[in-house]
Amino acid sequence: MDAISLDPNVHVMESKDLDFYYGDSQALFGVSMKIPRNYVTALIGPSGCGKSTYLRCLNRMNDLIDRSRMVGSISFGGEEINDPALDVFRLRQKVGMVFQKYNPFPKSIYENVIYGLRIAGIKSKSILDETVERSLQRAALWDEVKDRLNGTALGLSGGQMQRLCIARAIANNPEVLLMDEPASALDPRSTARIEELITELRGKYTIVIVTHNMQQATRVSDFTGYFYEGVLKEHGTTEQIFTNPKEKHTEDYISGRFG
Amino acid sequence: MDNSNSETINIHAHRSYWKLGEPMVWLSGAALASILAIAVILVFVIISNGLGVFWPSPVARISLLDGGSTIGELTQRQQKRDTGAWRQQIKTGNRDFNSLDFRWIEDSDIKKITYPANIIALERMEFGNFYGFLREVNTPSGQFSKDLNSQFEKQFHFIAEEMEKLEDMEDDISSLSNDMESLRLKKQKLEYHGVASGSPELAKVQAEHARLQQEFEELLIKQSNEINRLRAYTATFEDISGKTKSIPFLDIVRYYYPNTMSFFQKVGFYIEKLWELLAEEPREANTEGGLFPAIFGTVLMVIIMSFLSFPLGVITAIYMGEYAKDGVVNRMVHIAVHNLAGIPSIVYGVFGLGFFVYGIGGTIDTLFFPERLPTPTFGSGGILWASLTLGLLTVPVVIVATEEALSAVPKSVKEGSLALGATKFQTLIRVILPMASPGIMTGFILAIARAAGEVAPLMITGVVKLAPTLALDSSFPYLHLERKFMHLGFHIYDVGFQSPNVEAAKPMVFVTTFLLVMIVMVMSSLAIVLRNRLKERYTITGF
Repeated sequence: MDAISLDPNVHVMESKDLDFYYGDSQALFGVSMKIPRNYVTALIGPSGCGKSTYLRCLNRMNDLIDRSRMVGSISFGGEEINDPALDVFRLRQKVGMVFQKYNPFPKSIYENVIYGLRIAGIKSKSILDETVERSLQRAALWDEVKDRLNGTALGLSGGQMQRLCIARAIANNPEVLLMDEPASALDPRSTARIEELITELRGKYTIVIVTHNMQQATRVSDFTGYFYEGVLKEHGTTEQIFTNPKEKHTEDYISGRFG
Repeated sequence: MDNSNSETINIHAHRSYWKLGEPMVWLSGAALASILAIAVILVFVIISNGLGVFWPSPVARISLLDGGSTIGELTQRQQKRDTGAWRQQIKTGNRDFNSLDFRWIEDSDIKKITYPANIIALERMEFGNFYGFLREVNTPSGQFSKDLNSQFEKQFHFIAEEMEKLEDMEDDISSLSNDMESLRLKKQKLEYHGVASGSPELAKVQAEHARLQQEFEELLIKQSNEINRLRAYTATFEDISGKTKSIPFLDIVRYYYPNTMSFFQKVGFYIEKLWELLAEEPREANTEGGLFPAIFGTVLMVIIMSFLSFPLGVITAIYMGEYAKDGVVNRMVHIAVHNLAGIPSIVYGVFGLGFFVYGIGGTIDTLFFPERLPTPTFGSGGILWASLTLGLLTVPVVIVATEEALSAVPKSVKEGSLALGATKFQTLIRVILPMASPGIMTGFILAIARAAGEVAPLMITGVVKLAPTLALDSSFPYLHLERKFMHLGFHIYDVGFQSPNVEAAKPMVFVTTFLLVMIVMVMSSLAIVLRNRLKERYTITGF
């Protein structure tokens, strides 16, 4: 579609037979999935199907949950993620995340954007300034906030805060952006802006987005994975999933028969 | 028909007054109102009694029906229980004449009350106030009985200036005596370490000590000569019964003509007295004069307490809230911490005495000051031990508040930080602590208020009725944490209930209480202002 060469056969992340347990209850069953580089992949499925759990496996955010356990393999750029020796903080810089509820820090807009860089110990003012401008421009927020970068981020509107969170993730220069229902707490106008933004980011970053909104999935994604009860039931191009699903189950879900 | 009827009844059914919960609303409102009322009354009593103390009241001359008369300040009226007759309390002062400061006179005995302009009131170094008439001013160069008031004023100011010089001399004497004391300790230390009595080292110290001793004695003689010279400046006063007394100017703190003072003079007098209260040392078994050492002790104690209590409490809470795994042990510790806050403060005092004073203090003495034993240095109560005891007492308050503040930080923000590659520690420092800071400040405020008002544990860990020296002074090492100290809370107890002259001490009790309340309020207000600033900065305000 773009001038950028996109090859759906180049995968940036790949999970193989991934099981996940919260204590004794299993949440994911043998999920094997390839995530193509620089495309948008949507994860859909009814509540509690494990799509968010899967998303959080990709940057090891589930580590924070007591008594949780991941079995199987996820590779990222050829490296194994499910490895206790992995520098998980480095991983999370490369695999950014945007949450359902926008969660800016109680700091200035500027400080929010460079949070990751500060963590990484970057002090050069010129690098920081440049990153702020580039990230905010990519997140389509620059024009709205360029005059009040030192004002508090908490004074922004909901949609602006969510785009700030995207800018914050972009500032780390990640390869993958994980988005966990990024627009579900926003009004329709702000949702449209976020979707627009995702389309703009496509081709620059690999995006994995969890969504409840089927139209959203068709609008923004190239590939779609359908989860049901912890199992990846079907995975293919969005066009194929929504127009010609192979599984009856998938068809029932996308046509709104349940879920 | 039946059907529709019953529906109407249902809709308009009269809900029971009780079921609506109306009485509960009233009850809870009344509970709040009564608590507020009690608090307001308490503050009102303290303020009305405390603020009025320094306003100069007129001195009345009361002529009695039996021909006698008396002068004094009218203080309070009371109805006698048996006859229902009113009686008047008069502060007659002149303790050296009458042995009592106060006197009751029944209204039926009073013929007339007047306010003669020539009554003079004196505040003295001892024997309390004097009310009477000025008769003579005597100086070594002569006697004055004309133009008395201006002559008195002139001499009073002359002596006041001379007294400042005396005070300088006093300072020299006390610094000399400090130097001598440290030499004595040095000598003691040398002897303890077995330095032979004839050694040059010891001889040097002894010679130095002897030199200082001589200087000290010379100064003392000079001082006493000076005092004797100044004591020759006296004024003769006459009380209402015609008895005269000659009082040296040195003994007069201040004088005023209570019945001829203008409003502005009274304001000036009030401010002067207030300044004395805040900046001067106490006099007359603490019932007169200032409270500076007690204010200083209270504030310093709270500050030292904070240095222990705040970091310890916050760090503990961080570990319990953020790092410790949830389990039986963690919960037990949790419950134990909450219970610690409920232990009677005197128990902390006893613990402080055993652990800090005798345990740690005693060990310090045997290790570092063995030559001074059996005289304790750190092994007896002092401001450090009292502050640490209070620190222990307030740690649970800080822990509980900090834990609550930490757990109130939204999980989404913590995750946001971690998802950007921050470690748990970086998240804690950069996001969680700033966001929890208003709540932590609340804990500090509670701890400060509790510590400043606590008296019981101090009484056995280092507070005294009258501390000869402040814990902070100009002699090395400036901060003397082993010293005893004075405290406003203890002052209230001591002056109000241990004083030989309770009636005379009453104003001081109210003033001290007022001051203590003010100090707690000022310290809390500062903390509250700080907290609100933090809140503004770090609170996420919804949409």
